[in-house]
Amino acid sequence: MVYVEMKNVEKSFDDLEVLKGISLSVSEGEVVSIIGPSGSGKSTLLRLATLLDTMNKGELSYMGEQVVRMEHGHSVYEKPAKLREIKADFGLVFQNFNLFPHKTVLKNIIEAPIHVQKRKKEEVLPEARELLSRMGLSDKEDYYPSQLSGGQQQRVAIARALALKPKVLYFDEPTSALDPELTGEVLKVIRALAEQKMTMVIVTHEMEFARQISDRVIFMDKGVVAVEGSPEEVFGSSNQRMQEFLGKLSAN
Amino acid sequence: MNFQVMMEQLAGGMLASMGIFFLTLIFSLPLGLLVAFGRMSKNRVVSGIIGFLISVLRGTPLMLQLLVVYFFPYYLFGWSIAGWRFPAIIVGFSVNYAAYFAEIYRSGIEAIDKGQHEAAYILGYTKTQTFFRIILPQVIKIILPAITNEIITLVKDTSLAFSLSYMEMFSIAKQIAARETTFLPFLVSAVFYYVFNLIVAFVMRRMEKRLAYY
Repeated sequence: MVYVEMKNVEKSFDDLEVLKGISLSVSEGEVVSIIGPSGSGKSTLLRLATLLDTMNKGELSYMGEQVVRMEHGHSVYEKPAKLREIKADFGLVFQNFNLFPHKTVLKNIIEAPIHVQKRKKEEVLPEARELLSRMGLSDKEDYYPSQLSGGQQQRVAIARALALKPKVLYFDEPTSALDPELTGEVLKVIRALAEQKMTMVIVTHEMEFARQISDRVIFMDKGVVAVEGSPEEVFGSSNQRMQEFLGKLSAN
Repeated sequence: MNFQVMMEQLAGGMLASMGIFFLTLIFSLPLGLLVAFGRMSKNRVVSGIIGFLISVLRGTPLMLQLLVVYFFPYYLFGWSIAGWRFPAIIVGFSVNYAAYFAEIYRSGIEAIDKGQHEAAYILGYTKTQTFFRIILPQVIKIILPAITNEIITLVKDTSLAFSLSYMEMFSIAKQIAARETTFLPFLVSAVFYYVFNLIVAFVMRRMEKRLAYY
């Protein structure tokens, strides 16, 4: 089943065209990595997919249900109530975590299931603790985010997103704010999710990681998809921009 | 007039001053939040009007505003203003302080990282839930020192109610001082304001400490 479908998406900020007709389709259980230079539109694409920003043109569907459609050459969004319903289908892990600083680790995780999904606390609590143990953070449930390392905070953020049982999980450069050691512990968690066939879209600069865990890699450049395919196809591509990008990375 | 009678009269004034103080806080703290929303409205007309009102309230003397609130029903509509004295004082103080609080709320709300709104949005919180569960608790922590400043000022400003001949602490002190030609009532009222503010500062510091858990 196709979980996410974006068609011919265009987005400009004032005069700056950031996305120039991008299509993206993600199927159940698929892990898709989006790579590319800064300013290529990767994060913008993710913000459009997660409804944090609105596209100028193009369409978007979740689970076959249309959320954004084209009318008279412009994107038209469903009503806010419908959008809130659709948001239950996906989660997003931010580059800088965005945990709620005034709530403990456990509260960060159980708040949305209780207050948004209106589920019972007794039912949510064991699930939250189970998630924390999967993240290797069982002993941290009463800590506040500021008392944790960046890697621990990001794992809490992943647990918070998973607690709502999303069908798709997006990651926006989840390790860019972390040092190499902490990066490793977050990547390990994402790798475990991939093994459990969690559907994920990951914007990342970790090339080796993307190569290893992705079913599909998308290389974006200047607002378009320059190369798309299996990791072998993309990383072995003779596309000039792709080669330049990888060359610069390995030169560093 | 003996000391005890004087103290009894002053004690009545203290109660009156504290009445103005507490009622003003009760009305102006929530009203200030509403005004802050108006000030931050995306509707330019609303934010423009609210911005102008705030500038007038902050830019003219509170004493003058009290007189306007007290007399305007009479001059504008010819209504009797009997019994309007105390309500007018509370309205005048509350609206004036709401203007100051509004700007403090605004500074706090604007200081919250945009990522907090986005995280709540993605998790499916409604705007109201986002504000009351995520944003406001963080705002309160940020603005508490500024709020403390205003509250301390309010303790002393209650004496401005004398301009409407309301018998609060300071008016009574002045009356007794004039009648008995003694400076003592002023000393007593100075001690009253000072001790009141010591208590305010103590309570607010306790609140700050309680919010220092993260």
